[in-house]
Order: sequence, then C-alpha cells, then structure tokens
Amino acid sequence: MAVAVRVIPCLDVDAGRVVKGVNFTALRDAGDPVELATAYDAQGADELTFLDITASAGDRETTYDVVRRTAECVFIPLTVGGGIREVADVDRLLRAGADKVSINTAAVARPELLREASRRFGAQCIVLSVDARRVPLGEPPTPSGFEVTTHGGRRGTGIDAVDWAARGQELGVGEILLNSMDADGTKAGFDLEMISAVRAVVTVPVIASGGAGEVGHFPPAVAAGADAVLAASVFHFGQLRIGEVKDGLRQAGVTVR
Amino acid sequence: MTRVVVLDYGSGNLRSAQRALHRAGAEVVVSADVDAALNADGLVVPGVGAFAACMAGLRAVRGDRIIGRRLAGGRPVLGICVGMQVLFSRGVEHGVQTDGCGEWPGTVERLKADVLPHMGWNTVAPPAGSWLFAGLDPDARFYFVHSYAARRWELESSGLLTPPLVTWAEHGEQFVAAVENGPLWATQFHPEKSGDAGAQLLRNWIETL
Repeated sequence: MAVAVRVIPCLDVDAGRVVKGVNFTALRDAGDPVELATAYDAQGADELTFLDITASAGDRETTYDVVRRTAECVFIPLTVGGGIREVADVDRLLRAGADKVSINTAAVARPELLREASRRFGAQCIVLSVDARRVPLGEPPTPSGFEVTTHGGRRGTGIDAVDWAARGQELGVGEILLNSMDADGTKAGFDLEMISAVRAVVTVPVIASGGAGEVGHFPPAVAAGADAVLAASVFHFGQLRIGEVKDGLRQAGVTVR
Repeated sequence: MTRVVVLDYGSGNLRSAQRALHRAGAEVVVSADVDAALNADGLVVPGVGAFAACMAGLRAVRGDRIIGRRLAGGRPVLGICVGMQVLFSRGVEHGVQTDGCGEWPGTVERLKADVLPHMGWNTVAPPAGSWLFAGLDPDARFYFVHSYAARRWELESSGLLTPPLVTWAEHGEQFVAAVENGPLWATQFHPEKSGDAGAQLLRNWIETL
C-alpha cells in the first residue's frame, strides 16, 4: 500500500469571501469559505487550500477569522497562502488553525524567509508556492525554459522556476505547490513538462496546479510526478466533483483515499 | 464527562486537537499546568516540527516528568506525531542525536523513501485485538506528515505484562504507525486531521479513559 495521491480544492478568499478568477483577472464571488470547506470535506477532499488575495492589510483580520472558523469544523489539513511577508505572519496563521502555510512572492524577494520559517515551525508546515510560466518568446531564456512570475503571473522574474523549486527544498520547505500560470484558468490540462521538470530535481512532495478542466486531466499530472493535484474553479462551480476526480484517478490505477 | 488535557508546550496546531477531541466526546482543556495535566482522565501530547525543539519545549513545561508520573500511576497518555516520537529513547535529525523521554527503547530516524516528508493519507496494519483501531475499516486511511519515524520496535515483551500492540505502516520502508502499551498509546499520524477515521480512533481512546 502507498500513500494516496491527494486531491485538493483551492478557495481564493478576498476579505472573507470566496472568489475565483479566470487567469486571476475577472473575479466572481461565490460564497462563504467555511461552508464551502465543509462541503469539500464531505465530498472527500484530502486537504483544503485557502489562497488569501485580500489586498488591504486592514481586511486581513477577516482571513484569520475564516481560518479559525474553518479549523473549528473541518478535520482535514488546511493550507493557507497569500500575503505572507514575514515569520510573524506564518506564526499568526498557524495559531489561527492553519496546518501549513504557503509562501510565494515574499520568498522570491527574500529566500531566507523560507529557511527561517522552516527552522522555527518545521519543514512539514512550510510550502513553497511557485507561480511559473514558459519564458515568453523574445525574453531572455532560462535553462529549463520555465521562469518564476510574481503579481499573479503578470510579471516575469527571469529566475529559473525549476532551480527555484530545488532551492526551496534546500532552504527547508516541506512541499512545492507548482502553479502553471500559462495553464491556469484555461481548463486545457496541467503543464506536464513543468511537473516532470520539477519532480526530477526535488524529493519533497509536489502539488500540481493550474489547467484542470476535466477528469482525464488528473491522471497524466500524477504520471508526470505530482503527489497531489490542486484545482479551484472546476470544483468551485460544480463542473467536477472531488469524487469524480478520484474515480478517474482510481480507474487509471492511481491510489486515492 | 471524560476530561482530557492537551499539553500546551508551544508545539503546533493545538486548536485542531482540541476540537477533534471535543467532537469525539471529551471535555478538553489546552494547558501546561502540571496539576491539570496530572489529574486529567487522559493526557494528549501533541507535537510537530523538529524532535529537538519539541523535546526542549516539553522539558520547559516539565512535560517529560508529567508523562512519567502519569504512567507510573497507570494514567493514560496519548502521543501524537512528534508527541509519539519523543516517547522513544532518542531522535536523530540532521546528524544530531537528542535524548527523548525514554519510555520506549529505540531511535527515531529519517525514513528511507523517494519522497519525504511522508505527507498524506496512508493505510496502517494494526495487530489483532487493537483497541485503538476497533471498528475501523482495514482500508481506512490516516493523515501522516513526517520524515522521521521509529523504524524498529525494540521493546522486549516480558511474560508478566500484556505485550504492546504495535501498528505498522509503510512509506519507502516499514515504520511504527501506532503503539498501545498499557496506559501509553501513540500515533505517528494525526488523528485530529484524519476526518471520520481519526474521530473514530479518538473515540476509541476516550472510551478507555
């Protein structure tokens, strides 16, 4: 028997409400995060991820409240990402009831944050979230052909995304959340080459994200090396149910819970 | 109502443990108070992160002595994740050896597996007669997140005492996933994060208190 491949719905949370945008621009409001989290738990989700996209610092208190209320009634692991700038932010989220915290932009700006957070709280609760894309034509290439982006995929950094994932592991993160910004919102399938390239250089679990549109998209992501698959809008708008995705994985010979 | 104290020594998401135990039917207090911890019907020792940091935190609230005194009086203790690991004699992380509580002989070491941490839902193999896993489906999965574990069980069974019940799991290699040894029980996985299966397991423990 082996550890099951995890199916993880992601909820984008803005000032305490759930939203999900197509390619992160056109946002649609769709509900109470705690209610949705409970529904996903009942559907068989293996973990939950909240991505906090709250812009103003004043509204961030609502995020802690959402995390607190979710931890009260959901008994599967909860990861929270978005807006984490310093070790104190990680501490606050863990105290509110998050099991893991994912760090993205702040780690690009200051990689040592990953080491500090991992040393203090343990590798098991620090996730490096990598928003990666294929380097657009006409821009300086990276060795792997993939680069790290910031600002929701709008800004390239020139940092090689595969190297960055490996660096994250060196700095002590316990997991890589790999989000393809090219595939995100397209519902055309995961970027399998990107998953394989990252899988080849890290030994921590890799969560594949971005591009899921149908049941058949998930098994190839696992075959490419993903330990977990994450999706937002397809679950969120009821196009796919967690159980359907798991049935599809099971039929493809993948171990699921 | 059964009173359970979750030992608060600065490690991890205690709120989840508190809520899950409450859901499983106990009255739960999160505390580092020595009297409260000694007098509770059951004591839960949680723990996440590094072995050495957990052991230092535990010692700072005299948790190792609280555990020892409870066990001497036959009072139940449940260790969870690193809260289980620190019950062994020692842990070795990044080449550094740290003494544990020494309730069980053995060393907690890094698992040999392709992907670490072992993160996610896995099955376990409980022995016949397990109380902890009573009523649970053999295919039930529990949530693990750890890179280190006891890869061997070294406590010799003596003829005088009930032999310990050891549950195994596998990730790259076999490791101890749970132990039921007199009043001292422990799980390497997180029952408080293991949905309905975890709730059943916690109920099973609470019913023995």
